[in-house]
Amino acid sequence: MSFELETATNPEQLRRLAIDPVSRVEGHGKVTILLDDDNHVHQVRLHIVEFRGFERFIQGRPYWEVPVMVQRLCGICPVSHHLAASKAMDMVLGVKLTPTAEKVRRLMHYGQILQSHALHFFHLSSPDLLFGFGSDMAKRNVVGVIAAAPETATKGVLLRKFGQEVIRMTAGKRVHGTGSVPGGVNKSLSTEDREALRKDIYQMVAWSREAVHMIRALFESNLAEYNAFGRFTAQSMGLVRADGAMDLYHGGLRARDASGKTLFDHFDYGRYWDVIAEEVKPWSYMKFPFFKNQGPDDGWYRVGPLTRVANCDFIPTPLADRERQEFLAYDSGSAAGATLGYHWARMIEMLHAAETIKDLLNDDDIVGTDLMAPLGERQERGVGVIEAPRGTLIHHYRVNENDEVFRANLIVSTTHNNQAMNEAIRQVARQYFDGREVTEGLLNHIEVAIRAFDPCLSCATHALGQMPLEVEIVSRDGTPLDRMMRDARGICSRN
Amino acid sequence: MSNVFTIDGQEIPFEPGQSVMQAALTAGVFVPHLCYHPEFRPHGSCKLCTMKVNGRPATSCTTPAAAGMEVENNTTEINDKRRMLIQMLLVEGNHFCPSCEKSGNCKLQALGYALGVMSPHFTEFFPDRPVDFSHPEMLLDFNRCILCELCIRASAEVDKKNVFALSGRGLKKHLIVNAESGRLADTDFAVTDKAAEVCPVGVILRKRHGFAVPIGQRTYDLKPINEQVERFKPVTPATKEKV
Repeated sequence: MSFELETATNPEQLRRLAIDPVSRVEGHGKVTILLDDDNHVHQVRLHIVEFRGFERFIQGRPYWEVPVMVQRLCGICPVSHHLAASKAMDMVLGVKLTPTAEKVRRLMHYGQILQSHALHFFHLSSPDLLFGFGSDMAKRNVVGVIAAAPETATKGVLLRKFGQEVIRMTAGKRVHGTGSVPGGVNKSLSTEDREALRKDIYQMVAWSREAVHMIRALFESNLAEYNAFGRFTAQSMGLVRADGAMDLYHGGLRARDASGKTLFDHFDYGRYWDVIAEEVKPWSYMKFPFFKNQGPDDGWYRVGPLTRVANCDFIPTPLADRERQEFLAYDSGSAAGATLGYHWARMIEMLHAAETIKDLLNDDDIVGTDLMAPLGERQERGVGVIEAPRGTLIHHYRVNENDEVFRANLIVSTTHNNQAMNEAIRQVARQYFDGREVTEGLLNHIEVAIRAFDPCLSCATHALGQMPLEVEIVSRDGTPLDRMMRDARGICSRN
Repeated sequence: MSNVFTIDGQEIPFEPGQSVMQAALTAGVFVPHLCYHPEFRPHGSCKLCTMKVNGRPATSCTTPAAAGMEVENNTTEINDKRRMLIQMLLVEGNHFCPSCEKSGNCKLQALGYALGVMSPHFTEFFPDRPVDFSHPEMLLDFNRCILCELCIRASAEVDKKNVFALSGRGLKKHLIVNAESGRLADTDFAVTDKAAEVCPVGVILRKRHGFAVPIGQRTYDLKPINEQVERFKPVTPATKEKV
């Protein structure tokens, strides 16, 4: 089946607009829009144009190498891949982690949540939110934010830096460390590092709380647009703790339909394939996951901060839980269903991450010496699932008795949101494009909708803010009618 | 004339029978090398220890020290050639440091850093080489082999097992396991063998050890390789002992 606006009936008679690449997101993606002569929208697609192949070249490698190798998928959230792979290999080894190992891994993970959410909100999205979606693009970037709101920008930089320091002290490096190993960790936190982090963590909690209030104020100042922008209803999925609490490191899968009715709860992710399947479409390298019993047409869902904050029963840290309750109650719950509600929920999670880091730093297990668990009963199959900054991340491996990985399947967070992102940009196209002349500001509305999901399109590191953009309008006979370009310096020209 | 020669103008004493490299290391002079090991006969194959002895290139591990020699070692000309040798080794095999468990403990990587290798420079060969998972305790990842033959010498001279050998010629030369099946599990190789500990790169690895040593505590995290000269007591070759 094709969703509304996914496939035009007469594409050969339509003009094609391409946003290539989508900017201020992680990785490379492309949006194409087909318009008729009256600028009515007939087709909108988010294409993922890179093929990575990690699942193939993990095969034939020793299992203990995988957590270090596979994190090279990404330069923004490598810790998520590092930990998901480690959890999968824990299952292969049949181990139960020591308290120190689990807490050090949790500290690493929440450091990652903090830095990734800060990066996304302050560096990537705040230019749109502070200046307006169609504002002057020369200022609509992080440099513009530094000039207009230096205090806000500084806090964003320092929040991210703190998260990176947590990662460095637990993993050995800020990016692509080796701290988590199958069966445990290779180091705990040193006493000096613990004290250095404790000195600053209370400030980080306070700034995270300010960030929640900042996005709330943005909602309040422009409620109608924020609520309606790219809005659609969707099913949802994510991990929750056994008692229903938010837990971004470990738990069971909970899924709800668009009305909030629970579809499955505390589902053992070790058999995720019983509830999730994936569909391939010819126009994108990113697969489309769906709930198996509903099929690909009805079974799509969304993941990430918005669904996690809405789906958990409570957040187990007090400040974040209070913000969660206010978020869910805001305007009779409207923000919790808005595409831009992702930003608000993301900041609530950043606050939760800061509070969790504070709690872990005050726990003596974090400097313990019992790092590795004794080996248990060996399994061939290992599944590790974690709530990465962008959503549910699934790593699945099979390892033979000689320690060789012979199968690998990864469903990364952004993949779950594939259909949801397509729905969001189609909704934006309906709301803003239909019948209007296309401008750069209008095109940025599409990107704003994509950015709300904080997608990691190829799960890779790319130059930030230097992506050229080229938009070409072609007549039905293929003659170029209009061409607009943004070069690597952000300067626009038209010919 | 006393038993002294000079390296880059510095006077280096030596014992009769010592090579230029042994005398240099004893005096604390850094000499890049990969195929040399103090417990085995010098081999002269990696060429990294090449110096100019009285104006002529020579591998310092196989050149006997002699009184009055004038030797050049740490010069731009020689280090440029050494860097090129490292770059050629890096493209000849599959050396992916980011996911290699030997990273931080690898002599090839450490020498690359010490000699200023900033890129592979040459076109990668990307050879198709196997990984031998068959042995219960040890892994062989042939992707990283630099043909130094240390494992061959250790297995033959110390372990008396002849587990390893080279096969093929020229570009096709490669390390093999001396078993009809070609599998390590079908030899009498043991985790306690000398050959299990001499690999300067990440070919012969203890299984399930992986990334047990955290970043910051690995051999070359502590000091770069050029500040970790393997000093030897001034002894005759027959009684060499690491200090």
